Amino acid sequence: MIRVGLRMLLGDRTKLFGLIFGVAFSTLLICQQTSIFFGLLARASSVVNDVREASVWVMDPSVQTIEVPYPLRDTELGRVRGIEGVQWAVPFFKAQVIVRTRAGRLENGVLLGIDDASLVGVPDEFLQGSIEDLSRPDAIAMNPAGFRLLFPGEQPVLGREIEINDRRARIAAIVDASAAFTSNLTIYTRYSLATQYTNNGRNELSFVLARPAPGLEPERIAQRIAARTGLKAVTTEEFRLESILYILKTTGIPVSFGTVVLLGAIIGVAIVGLTFHQFVSDNLKQYAALKAIGIRNGRLLGMTLAQAAFVGAIGYGFGLAAAAAFFHFTAPVDALRGFHLYPEVAVAVAGAAALIVLASTVLSLKRVLVVDPATVFRG
Amino acid sequence: MSTTTEHGAAIPEAAAHASAVRCRGIEKSFGDGSARLRVLRGADFDAAAGEMTFLVGPSGCGKTTLISVIGGILSCEAGEVRVLGTELRALSNRALADFRLAHLGFVFQQFHLLPALSALENAAVPLVARGLGHRRAEERAAALLERLGLADEMRKFPTQLSGGQQQRVAIARALVHEPSLLICDEPTASLDARSGHTVMELLREVAVAPARAVIVVTHDSRIFELADRIAHMSDGVIAREERRAARSATHQHSLPSTT
Repeated sequence: MIRVGLRMLLGDRTKLFGLIFGVAFSTLLICQQTSIFFGLLARASSVVNDVREASVWVMDPSVQTIEVPYPLRDTELGRVRGIEGVQWAVPFFKAQVIVRTRAGRLENGVLLGIDDASLVGVPDEFLQGSIEDLSRPDAIAMNPAGFRLLFPGEQPVLGREIEINDRRARIAAIVDASAAFTSNLTIYTRYSLATQYTNNGRNELSFVLARPAPGLEPERIAQRIAARTGLKAVTTEEFRLESILYILKTTGIPVSFGTVVLLGAIIGVAIVGLTFHQFVSDNLKQYAALKAIGIRNGRLLGMTLAQAAFVGAIGYGFGLAAAAAFFHFTAPVDALRGFHLYPEVAVAVAGAAALIVLASTVLSLKRVLVVDPATVFRG
Repeated sequence: MSTTTEHGAAIPEAAAHASAVRCRGIEKSFGDGSARLRVLRGADFDAAAGEMTFLVGPSGCGKTTLISVIGGILSCEAGEVRVLGTELRALSNRALADFRLAHLGFVFQQFHLLPALSALENAAVPLVARGLGHRRAEERAAALLERLGLADEMRKFPTQLSGGQQQRVAIARALVHEPSLLICDEPTASLDARSGHTVMELLREVAVAPARAVIVVTHDSRIFELADRIAHMSDGVIAREERRAARSATHQHSLPSTT
């Protein structure tokens, strides 16, 4: 009888398309918005993720996120280095800067200052130039999206000069940095140079990056640093999560995305529910006739659920394909860098689509189950 | 004790005997309080295997309610409803549905074919519902549709068929699983006179069999000639019965006594 149910559905093309559209629309909207939401959260911790060598971050106790650092005295670096179990510790500087090109283009960017000697803190992958190039005078490394932001229509090249807070800087390397939360322009330079760009050379650390000696757990060293210095010290993973939680707690992003996702689900339920209701209404006499013939409610339930499952699966497939296509075709867009369709989101949305279809069919299902077979004798 | 059809479906023993349907003192009301309407007022009715029994009477006299009760679709408040030897009032809803699927066939005034299914698929529905594979079900349905003169229309959908053709598909659907009792509700009401007569002649030819009782509710006096017996209903009871000239060579049983 499931085949009969599916034939009934396939025979009404208009409603079939309506049902599939409803599920596909919801799937697309929920997949796309949820994936962008998680992409934004990933951006909230992208600077932390890009520092691969260190496993402990030390900062002012008031700091809650990588995005809002508070200056430390440079003497704190020495104190951290002096703690037993710390293999090495280096300064790390982060600030928002105004960048201007010779052509007069002005952009906001993230400036990251890394240790002059070790150059610890810069991402591994250099697309042009090398890490050693950062040792040159006025040298900076920039992400490709930042270059295209400053020089629209041009492909990244080395040697171009820009001004950071009215001081000259020269692009010595192009580095594949993750997209940051506050700006598409990320600049890496030596710590000494970064402090000159921002505060006239005063030694003000944003963070101290540390690595425990071999065999020691980062959590234990972090606790020891915090206890000895009175500063906040956390592992990379802890700081990554704190930065994400800060965004979740202090911005309207979760509410905004949550609202769109909820609307997507509601619209899906409305479209699928109304269309399915109409489909059942149109076939109610036929359902009554089937009951009169002797087909039990359980089998009609199976038929209806099979119809719902068919619509759900096809609609979900189309919606997921549309979401995948969106991320595929927008991948080259710098503003959307780092956003992609998360497999976990696809799986979760499959569950959501199933709920949408189920919720949409419940009312119609009730009509099928309670329809009186005697109605078929009433003309 | 039971007997079987040529396809092996078990039918109650009584089906092969005279009184396939025996109703006594059927009471049925709708509504409550002052709005309560007594539709059946102690109706007695019998239908014999091998016969085509017409149930006739003015609108609102209770014909449809009576066949709904006999078909196990409506329950009654009092009386005995014995169909094919089974007391329907003793069956649960599930058992009633199974009983209908196994032993009863229905032809409705408005056909109620599934519009998305072809004539062949529609006719095969009861067999599919009983668990027969689609291929075998359609083979049996095709044979019946051929007998009903629809050999060339099997792949057409209901909307592509005339009213008479649709009713013939509905007859095939009602008979494909070889029911022991066929209940037809105004089968010619949606057809013109000529189509109606053709359909009824076909119905008589195909449906009347020694092990099957056929009950036809109708207003159409032009087809009364096709009945073996006519039960006239009035105000919720069978007012009188008349025996027509024997039309069927398969008619082997004498009429039971009636009110």
